[in-house]
Amino acid sequence: MTAVLAPRRPASGRPATRARGAGAVLAFGVPLALIGAVCLAAPLLPLPDPAAQSLSAALRPPAWLSGGDAAHLLGTDHLGRDVLARILYGGRLTFLIAVAGMLAGAVPGTLLGLVSGFYRGTVDAVVSRFVEAQLALPFILLAIAVIAGRGRSLSALVLVLALFGWAQYARVIRAETLSLRERPFVLGLRCAGVPAPRILLAHMLPNVAGTVLVLVTLQIGTVILAESALSFLGLGVVSPQISWGAMLADGRDQLTHAWWVAAFPGLAITTVVLLVNLLGDAMRSWLDPKKRRY
Amino acid sequence: MLRFLAGKVTRGVVTLLIAVSAAFFLARGTGDPVREMLGDLAGPEQVAQLSAQLGLDRPLPVQYAAFVGDLATGDLGTSIRYGTPNLDLILGWLPASLQLAAAAMVLAVLVGIPLGVWAALREGRFADRFASTVALTGQSIPLFWLGLMLILLFAVTLGWLPAGQSTGFSSLILPAVTLSTLPMAQIARLTRSSMSEVLGEAFLDATRARGVARWRVVLVHALRNAALPVITIIGLQTGTLLSGAITVEFVFAWPGLGTLATQAVQMRDFSLIQAIVIFGAVVFVLVNLIVDLLYGILDPRIRDGVA
Repeated sequence: MTAVLAPRRPASGRPATRARGAGAVLAFGVPLALIGAVCLAAPLLPLPDPAAQSLSAALRPPAWLSGGDAAHLLGTDHLGRDVLARILYGGRLTFLIAVAGMLAGAVPGTLLGLVSGFYRGTVDAVVSRFVEAQLALPFILLAIAVIAGRGRSLSALVLVLALFGWAQYARVIRAETLSLRERPFVLGLRCAGVPAPRILLAHMLPNVAGTVLVLVTLQIGTVILAESALSFLGLGVVSPQISWGAMLADGRDQLTHAWWVAAFPGLAITTVVLLVNLLGDAMRSWLDPKKRRY
Repeated sequence: MLRFLAGKVTRGVVTLLIAVSAAFFLARGTGDPVREMLGDLAGPEQVAQLSAQLGLDRPLPVQYAAFVGDLATGDLGTSIRYGTPNLDLILGWLPASLQLAAAAMVLAVLVGIPLGVWAALREGRFADRFASTVALTGQSIPLFWLGLMLILLFAVTLGWLPAGQSTGFSSLILPAVTLSTLPMAQIARLTRSSMSEVLGEAFLDATRARGVARWRVVLVHALRNAALPVITIIGLQTGTLLSGAITVEFVFAWPGLGTLATQAVQMRDFSLIQAIVIFGAVVFVLVNLIVDLLYGILDPRIRDGVA
């Protein structure tokens, strides 16, 4: 009989994951913060100048391989520049672009989502069509179109990343706002004659802040990937600026005889994006266990 | 069904119009393509001449009207560098892209769906964690870097497979595997969550109680009900596939639309770039229209506007 009475599967989700909660956020957030801190502190570290060329030291393998040099832990590229130093300095720009691109998409996206979910009607219809249209434009193609017209620059890159990101926020926040606006506290505020902008910014925005935080985290990973793809294609940062994607483009040409030039920046991107995605998932289950998706 | 169809088509056309207009204004309204094409050394006469030749000296609204008019008749303009109609160029380079995208999608479905089903059946156990790790890594890895590393391993070091160029079936393997990673990861994640939701439903217990075999319950009854969101993501993935294909085609020197696009960028062929962007948007909207219709066929509730 007991076998029949025992629940066959946990009612919702895995107890193990629910217990992870804040611990998981720390477990992924701390290494990520460490990587960010090391990149930020790169000028203070005893590293070779990332732009210093030395043809006599070109294409040195990583230190642990034969022919390696202890001064160049991860080897050097075709111009003799230190790969480790370039990864750390490149990380600064990569993170900067990721955060700027993310913010430039998150702020208008969230506001549009709030407004269209709250007012519904025409505003909502217009915003929703634009969201669909944005999703219909293949991102890299759109980026190519914009950058072909404007030329390569950091501001063009951030503009493109913002165009890429805003629709996601608008869509999700709109859906949250739609259900939020029917909640008693909002109805009460409206009955009390509180002006709509105040309801939106002072009362509804804090209620969707958790969702925005999760989206922001997940979006940073996507933005880093997008930036690296654009820089890889030669549409992103301009030399002598260094980003991980631009380093990969250099490494592609050396692939057959110097694998380390392409391997390490790619590993850096993958590690950071994986940590960001894990952090986003952990935050989602921590902030709202009910909304936890796989 | 007809009303459902008409509604979807209208929405698709509106979406498309906004998308191409955005592409038009973003490219022309924010920068100076002629300056970009000629470089800083060009004199003012050269700029004026090329502007006139491309019709870029006219007021923006006039340009836009001409652009939409051409578009409505299926005219995507003429390539600046090749001198041939853009549409002909695109259609010439399209088959290789379609081949690659189709191979990648088949691979993504064949790996992603079983992985997701397996994970859902073993919720919380090793298989589940394994599948989730694979999926999350697949979503975090830059596709072009994965491509480079696969070339390094299978072409440079082991010499088993060709590193690129379209030369028969073996050259399709590496690019297709690379390109399938992202859709595979997303299909696996979605199948897993959708399946685990369906598996908890009572009608499956009822089916099982009627004596239907367990594999049949999972693969026929549960999977069919879990399929809807998965089909949506497959539709949405075509857009991503088109974007991802650009870097992957670049890495493998695959003679498809992505390579045509990167070449157009290098040659600053502004007209061709715009045509490819528009073509990409049309393909995406069409595929998603088909997905929406498929939805209506699979689930009558959506067609009749109940759900």
